[in-house]
Amino acid sequence: MDAEIPEWERLSGARVLSPVQPRKLAKVPFVEMAEGRLQGVVSSGSDIERVYVSSITARTHGYNCSTNNNRPCGGLRGAPCKHLRSLVDEAVLQYGLERVARYLRVEGDSAASLVGNLSGGHESIPAAVVFSRFLRHLAYLELPGTCEPVAEMHWFPSLGAVS
Amino acid sequence: MLETQLSALSDGALPGVGEALGLISGFDDTLVDGLARLSEEQTAALVALAGGLGSTPIGPRAAEAAEKIAAGSISEEHLAALAGARTTLFGAVHDALLARLDSALGRTRAAWEGAQSASTDPLTAACRSWLVELAIIGWRGVDHDLASTADQAIQNLLAEPGLRRPAILLDGLAAELRASLGAMERLPARRWADLWARALLLTQTGGLEATERVSGRLLPLGVDIHEHGTAVQVQLHAILEPHGRLVRTSVCAAKVDTITGPFVWRLLSSYPVLLGALGKRLSLEITDMPLLAGGDLLWQEGKASAGASTDPFATARVQLSRASAPAVPPLERHPVRIAEPVFIEGYQSDGRALRLDGTSLAFDLDRLPQSGPLTPQLLKASTACIGLMRWDGGWRLQPLAVRANVKKEPVAVHNSDWAQGPTDPSVLKSGAKVGDPVAVLKERAGRLLRR
Repeated sequence: MDAEIPEWERLSGARVLSPVQPRKLAKVPFVEMAEGRLQGVVSSGSDIERVYVSSITARTHGYNCSTNNNRPCGGLRGAPCKHLRSLVDEAVLQYGLERVARYLRVEGDSAASLVGNLSGGHESIPAAVVFSRFLRHLAYLELPGTCEPVAEMHWFPSLGAVS
Repeated sequence: MLETQLSALSDGALPGVGEALGLISGFDDTLVDGLARLSEEQTAALVALAGGLGSTPIGPRAAEAAEKIAAGSISEEHLAALAGARTTLFGAVHDALLARLDSALGRTRAAWEGAQSASTDPLTAACRSWLVELAIIGWRGVDHDLASTADQAIQNLLAEPGLRRPAILLDGLAAELRASLGAMERLPARRWADLWARALLLTQTGGLEATERVSGRLLPLGVDIHEHGTAVQVQLHAILEPHGRLVRTSVCAAKVDTITGPFVWRLLSSYPVLLGALGKRLSLEITDMPLLAGGDLLWQEGKASAGASTDPFATARVQLSRASAPAVPPLERHPVRIAEPVFIEGYQSDGRALRLDGTSLAFDLDRLPQSGPLTPQLLKASTACIGLMRWDGGWRLQPLAVRANVKKEPVAVHNSDWAQGPTDPSVLKSGAKVGDPVAVLKERAGRLLRR
């Protein structure tokens, strides 16, 4: 019984998202492409209590980096700082070069060349919004589990590494 | 499962199924462009969907809803009626498929005796407004703002344990919408309409109640793993002895997208009895555990203890064909929910499908989790399989465990083998390389969340 495979549009289990690729989270615990920006949180290399909030706006490529208390990053001197570079590095690991390039509307064959080809400059992007999204992200890990069967999860098979 | 049972599955078309799916497809396409801009053809599709249920109790309501929406009056009530009509049609398709499967397998199934009451929590109202807005605008018209409109409302649901089911569903849909903005030429019309319709109904339905408490020995058959960016569910299929009943039990944890692969098991560490039995292939003794009418045990660690060592392949070979199956809760009657345990052996495999005499059955490769050791290579080397029969336009076999010959040695490999951590050295090594994301994020949460 060679079942005919219906077209993708007619599959309940159509795969929409690719699984994110595993990466080390210690340096950049949070990266997302949301709200028209590539944004995330970068752990400070020197102070375990401090994190930097880094973001790059899609299309215009304005960027910013500051601590979660809105103190500007000292590394931003007319060019993206090391936190922004780490952000792009890890975004490329997590989502793949193509998706990041497409989202930002920038060309490049590596994370470094994406950063090099950014056409914008330093602009004011509030850290608070991004930081609160990071806190909301972390809050998922604090939610209690449930033993109630979630039948809806049948629509979401665990994504394997199938081509 | 024998060759004769397998060929009985596809023995003749199921009457009405093609027509029902056609009506559903017509409706699904109206959600692509949105109900605010219906073409003549799309208006006809809405009327046809309602017409398909003309002789049923929901028929008149669906017909009125189709008429009102075609005239431009789009309300939550009317949309719920159409979602109900679509769900009813899929329910009939589900029933036809499951009846065919049961009859091929010779499996007896209990009749539904539970209750599923209507119940609407005020917290869900904002989510339904979002679903209405999505239907009006259509998938193609979703922009960043609309995709994120419900974020706060979904967070509110997540915080309420009784609303976890709709919260998980809506969070999954919202993430797919956000990720697809402007990036997709083709849209998953069937899938998103499924999720949309289920969400509209589920937010107006009360939870399932346990109808009995059961004791006995659980003999595991295999584990099905479900996962999206912010949730993971492990669902064990087992036979409850001495009753000879097929049951499931599920544990579910919230997660984030960067926790994937074998690490998802770490999120379930508050279930050591269950995970220990899965990892060590033990049976489980349970006492007075609540059982829902749909065959789901509500897992409680305190009512369970690890039993003797057990071989799921022996259970599947000896007991599965005689085991009785539970009823399906009315709202859950959708083909995607069909996940019926079967055992097949003595086949040839090319890694994509198995061949049993003259009949073949495709493996559902999209349901091979990264959190377990099964791979297409193992499927290719396999000669016996415990799996779930699935249907998505055609029958597939989702493997839960296989017996295979690897380097001329027979091995048994189960989805649940990594329940207590990966056992494969290469996986351990790559895991050590990226570090433990759960530990890193929990450390960050501990330091940053409560300030």
